[in-house]
Amino acid sequence: MSLDDLPPLPTGDLMKGDRVATPMYEDPAIFEAEMEKIFGRVWVWVGHVSEVPGKGSFKLSWVGTQPVIISRDRKGELHVLVNRCRHRAASVCEIKKGKTSSFQCPYHGWGYGLDGSLRAIPYAEGYAADFDKSEYGLKKLRVEVFEGLIFASFNADVEPLEEFLGNAKPWIRLFMKQGGGFPVRTLGEHQFKVPMNWKIQLENTTDAYHFPIVHKSFLQSLDGEANETFSFMDDDDGYVEDLGNGHSVMVMMPELIDLDADPDAPIPERFRDLAETLRKDYDEAQVKRIVRAVGGCGFNLNLFPNAACSLSFFRILRPVSVHETEIRHIAIGMEGGPEAANQMRMRLHEHFQGPMGFGSPDDAEVWERVQRGSAGAGDVDVMVNRGLGLEKDSGNGLPVGDISAETGMRSAYKMWKKVMEQ
Amino acid sequence: MKDLNPATEVSLQEVTAFLWHEADLLDRRDYDPWLALWTGDGHYVIPVEKEGEDFANYLNIAYDDAAMRKMRVQRFQAGFSISSAPPADSVRTVSRIVIDRAEGDRLTVRGAQHVVEDKFGRQRVFAANVTWVLETGPGGLRIRDKIVRLLNSDGMLTSISYLF
Repeated sequence: MSLDDLPPLPTGDLMKGDRVATPMYEDPAIFEAEMEKIFGRVWVWVGHVSEVPGKGSFKLSWVGTQPVIISRDRKGELHVLVNRCRHRAASVCEIKKGKTSSFQCPYHGWGYGLDGSLRAIPYAEGYAADFDKSEYGLKKLRVEVFEGLIFASFNADVEPLEEFLGNAKPWIRLFMKQGGGFPVRTLGEHQFKVPMNWKIQLENTTDAYHFPIVHKSFLQSLDGEANETFSFMDDDDGYVEDLGNGHSVMVMMPELIDLDADPDAPIPERFRDLAETLRKDYDEAQVKRIVRAVGGCGFNLNLFPNAACSLSFFRILRPVSVHETEIRHIAIGMEGGPEAANQMRMRLHEHFQGPMGFGSPDDAEVWERVQRGSAGAGDVDVMVNRGLGLEKDSGNGLPVGDISAETGMRSAYKMWKKVMEQ
Repeated sequence: MKDLNPATEVSLQEVTAFLWHEADLLDRRDYDPWLALWTGDGHYVIPVEKEGEDFANYLNIAYDDAAMRKMRVQRFQAGFSISSAPPADSVRTVSRIVIDRAEGDRLTVRGAQHVVEDKFGRQRVFAANVTWVLETGPGGLRIRDKIVRLLNSDGMLTSISYLF
């Protein structure tokens, strides 16, 4: 299907700057258009390099509703391939991750290399001499990597990834300081599906306003010091900055923007036992660096359209249908780093994230409630105007709002409109 | 149940009665007596990985020591968690119980569990293989470890507002 054949969506009526129309969560035709125009064209996060660590490694992923394979060939080159045999469409891989030398279709045995090229066809004599195998490799996407994050695009003419990330790049570099001197690697993930439109999740990663309300029970489970760290709604130094191209950053704990900025900061109470364990193997400067890395960053970086570097993990969304979205919360830690530090990272992740964390189920509940509520009064708009009129200029010519401002949502919807109108 | 009987003398019927009691407490969300069923030194684990027992070095859905179990129950009971106030209603069946090992005061028991939950007019089903490490002692059986291996633990789940 080509969207060029369809009547254009009334994007100006759907995204009105300070509010969005209810069909944005509800209309299957808008969803179809989004899959084509957004997920079919822009850079989409598909994985992290540590998920495909060596030659022959592969991992299944998605670009929008389309299943893809991330693979690393024998030269170490990364490929993102549509997981669909070019013969009669069967998926060529159903193992979530692993190592292989090739992908073989189970139906008629067509064999593909790690770079997607068609290598072998059983009973090839059934094809005429003009059948050219080089034309029937797995469909390939553009791939680029920034600071270990792998992005793919169906658009062969897409701008360079670094241009698309733009002002988000320094924030990604800051986020990766959570390696604490070691390379960042993924430590496993929580996955859950929520009956909601994907944009409800896109909004949420830049929403500090909900935190003390929805996550009260999480806050109550923290000690006093940790609770203080999460009291950003009561402080006046946090902010949300529009970074352009739909990206934004929500800074909750300004003292934790740059983990190298204050190397002599005292070790928080809750990390004292960890620090004591680390002292057996590391000098004091390294202990402090690792402990700060374990504590995580103080900001959520929202990357349009599907990824976030959120405090101390990757939050990835995948649109399934207009009313269904899959969420992955990927824990990260230190490749080759101390076991005790990585264990603490995982325990902190388990505490908040995932299907049974102290935070995620409450998020999932309110997201579902947004979708359920949207069934009523379809003529009423969804408001994202909080902080408007109170914003300042970031110096990039883009707005900065206070910590609870809906600046990040407006940024994402501005990009939504721009991309949907292209 | 008799006090202090060695694990080898505990019958399947006694084990089954104990696990059904636990299941009943969980479906009724009667969490304080549930906490009291534990010895205090083991873990309540819901792994992500389908294989392996090195839970501390992998990410889990839940990896609770006694303190974390208590906090989890407090979260459910305090009434501030929107997902668990009210939680989904649940009906569970525990069956296919096998005593895997019995040695000293410790029994390892395997079983099947099906939980059906209901919220917002929709029902969801979770199936799991469960392993309990039980200890005999004064007052009967207690839980040292409980490992709930959801069939889809490494796949796409949904949020859960109660205990397995």
